[in-house]
Amino acid sequence: MANRLKDTDVVIVGLGAAGGVAALPLAQAGIEVVGLEAGTWLTRKDFAPDELRNNVRGWPQSVQKANQEIPTSRPNASSPSAPRGTVHPMQNSVGGTTLHYWGQSWRLNPWDFKVVSETTRRYGASRIPKGSTVEDWPFDYDELEAYYDKVEYGVGVSGQAGNVDGRIDPRGNPFEAPRRRGYPMPPLRWTEFIEKMAGSAKSLGFHPFPGPAAVNSRSYQNRSPCMYHGFCNRGGCHVDAKNSTMVTTIPRAQATGRLKVVTRAHVTTIEVDANGQVAGVNYLTDGVEYFQPAKVVLVAGYTYENVRLLLLSKSKAFPNGLSNNHGQVGRHYFSHNMLAGVSALFPSNTSSWYGLPAQGVAVDDWADDNFDHSGLDFIGGGNLWVYSDRRPIGAAGMSTFGRAPAWGSAWKAFIKENADRSNTAYIQKTTLPYEDNYIDLDPVVKDPLGFPVCRVTAEFKENERRVSLFTQGKMEQWYREAGAVAIQRAPVGGAMGISTHAYGGTRMGDNPATNVVDRWGLSHEAPNLGVLGASTMGTSGAHNPTLTVQALAWRTAEHLAKNWNRISNRRS
Amino acid sequence: MARAFQASGAPEALESLSAHEMEVLDAIVGRLIPTDANGPGAVEAGAARYIDRALAGALSPTREAYRSGLAALDRYAQSSRGKTFKELSPTDQDSVLIDVETGAATGFTGSSAAFFAMVLNHTHQGTFGDPYYGGNRDFAGWDLIGYPGVRTMVSPTDQRTLEAHQLKSNHKSAYDYGTFTKSSARLSADAGGDRQA
Ligand SMILES: Cc1cc2nc3c(=O)[nH]c(=O)nc-3n(C[C@H](O)[C@H](O)[C@H](O)COP(=O)(O)OP(=O)(O)OC[C@H]3O[C@@H](n4cnc5c(N)ncnc54)[C@H](O)[C@@H]3O)c2cc1C
Repeated sequence: MANRLKDTDVVIVGLGAAGGVAALPLAQAGIEVVGLEAGTWLTRKDFAPDELRNNVRGWPQSVQKANQEIPTSRPNASSPSAPRGTVHPMQNSVGGTTLHYWGQSWRLNPWDFKVVSETTRRYGASRIPKGSTVEDWPFDYDELEAYYDKVEYGVGVSGQAGNVDGRIDPRGNPFEAPRRRGYPMPPLRWTEFIEKMAGSAKSLGFHPFPGPAAVNSRSYQNRSPCMYHGFCNRGGCHVDAKNSTMVTTIPRAQATGRLKVVTRAHVTTIEVDANGQVAGVNYLTDGVEYFQPAKVVLVAGYTYENVRLLLLSKSKAFPNGLSNNHGQVGRHYFSHNMLAGVSALFPSNTSSWYGLPAQGVAVDDWADDNFDHSGLDFIGGGNLWVYSDRRPIGAAGMSTFGRAPAWGSAWKAFIKENADRSNTAYIQKTTLPYEDNYIDLDPVVKDPLGFPVCRVTAEFKENERRVSLFTQGKMEQWYREAGAVAIQRAPVGGAMGISTHAYGGTRMGDNPATNVVDRWGLSHEAPNLGVLGASTMGTSGAHNPTLTVQALAWRTAEHLAKNWNRISNRRS
Repeated sequence: MARAFQASGAPEALESLSAHEMEVLDAIVGRLIPTDANGPGAVEAGAARYIDRALAGALSPTREAYRSGLAALDRYAQSSRGKTFKELSPTDQDSVLIDVETGAATGFTGSSAAFFAMVLNHTHQGTFGDPYYGGNRDFAGWDLIGYPGVRTMVSPTDQRTLEAHQLKSNHKSAYDYGTFTKSSARLSADAGGDRQA
């Protein structure tokens, strides 16, 4: 029998991007929170600028959970599963993946909240791709704006506003939705190469601007500004300038005295009582079983674990998994088509050895519905992102653009000249959910505890491929304008595989027949269960997920706090 | 100390490979990144030494692939070119390696191309990785590609100096900065790049 612990108000499973944010408004509202985190605390000392360790072999976490439960994946139900990798780069430690993520901190476009109605209004209902299960979000951008603002100021985001209350500032993104005020910090600095790229974008009539980053451009909340040392990508920050939840919202929540952080707590299942209410969670620490009772459970273990925990938590009330009586857990799954980028070779050095991937120039002219799709055969688009990020092993692995073999003296001469002359753009593209893309439990593969891992069955469809080809074309045009002497496009389409931008599986919406959680992120079927993370998002838009994930987490937490008596008293 | 292990100049004890395996591997890496007019290559960088050490740790899952792959390569050199790999001329060594790279070489467990890709990947690690791990000796790899060394702070002036091609390498490893914990990582197998954000 598990050791039964003292009752608490809220238990949060996972203190990463989402859980680490939700703890703060709850604790500040006087609610007792237990944060169960599978990983441990890490400190600046753990964040060595070491490419071999961070980028090649994994990263300095002491608990290897994500790597041991990597989902299997296949493009569709009639294909076999692909060989499983050995690393899934999600972090297991307090602060989660915000410790070593890139920190690009984007808001979504208003269009992303209303893909169905806006597409129908502008181009007709026939333009929704066949087989897509996309729905409008249950609320619009304006509803989330206040929470974007809270996160931008609460964790700290550097950037240049493009639209404050409808006033367009050409230094920022003219396509962005109105924000109530500018960013709390100016943007990260640019390099000569980024300046040059921005200039070329302007010559083409594009609207370049510095991207928003959860990295300090100057001292913020008594933490250091960024040192631009070049090891931010998959590395933690040695001066705490990256605004992970470990250094921002979590310590502030702890300071209230109402967040108890329990590390090395690996949650295995969620308990349901005889009334079909959630009663708490079971977890293991070093093989010892504990039961943490709670009035409300918030699951925040990242998309795959959120889905898996629900599917593994079977009870009389929920025989097919918690909150799955409508068969929606695992449905509406998708991930960003992020690898279909474009690489360019330049005739001179780009001086990119030092910097960070959140330091760069963006173009949003071709993102989402920022341009007219009347004459096009797809909906959505991509954010073009050119950034500074290079380390030696990665540089040596660069494409030779057909100009040299892969080894030998000719390669050595090529790499000596060109190691600092390439650039690879990151194109973040709209991806939609489809009826036959989903997550379930793998029938064979298990994690070291004996629980089945997730199985991802998903592939990029025609709309996603067309978005990729179109945006790659724009990116190629931009590179050529800047003087690139060779261009290479990465393949588009194919299997989705396992992703660091995984969406859906516990989608949010008003209709319980097609959505797992309601507009507040609480389960339709078990209302004292909440889900935090991109697993609740029904669209991705053309921007990275985390700021939206955190805004949603803040909103769910605030809703809980405001309605605490009603929601917590369901159990009697 | 990044270079402590070789300070004595004495031959270093091998940690994983046999002396013969080490010879073959050193000859291979010497063709992958040769010593030539562009300066020192993987041999001077100690890439084989890096691999030997890593096979006792992070790369241990590939130990068997090295054992059988190196033996198969030597056998293939013997059967197709009449000499062991080490005895062949550089041109013949290259032609053997091309066969291995393209999967044309026989006698390998599985595809010889997979063995080649693995060795090339690890040769990059041993030539361009942090010297702390035993390769990139005397910063040979970083000097080759113009990487100016690990810094914990890069000021706007440093960046402009780099842009003016004036930033000199500081020849520093991550662990020359005394602040970082060396082995908090339980090193797992290759992550295969860092293109996901
Ligand atoms: C290299 C990299 C770069 C990225 N860059 C960006 C970027 O620039 N911008 C952006 O928007 N997004 C980026 N992302 C994606 C971003 O990291 C995720 O969107 C975000 O972290 C998801 O938040 P989360 O809280 O759902 O998961 P996480 O932040 O991963 O947190 C989940 C936490 O839950 C814990 N946990 C999991 N299961 C359990 C369990 N059973 N019991 C207890 N604890 C558990 C984990 O240990 C972890 O700490 C990046 C991701 C990676 C890997």
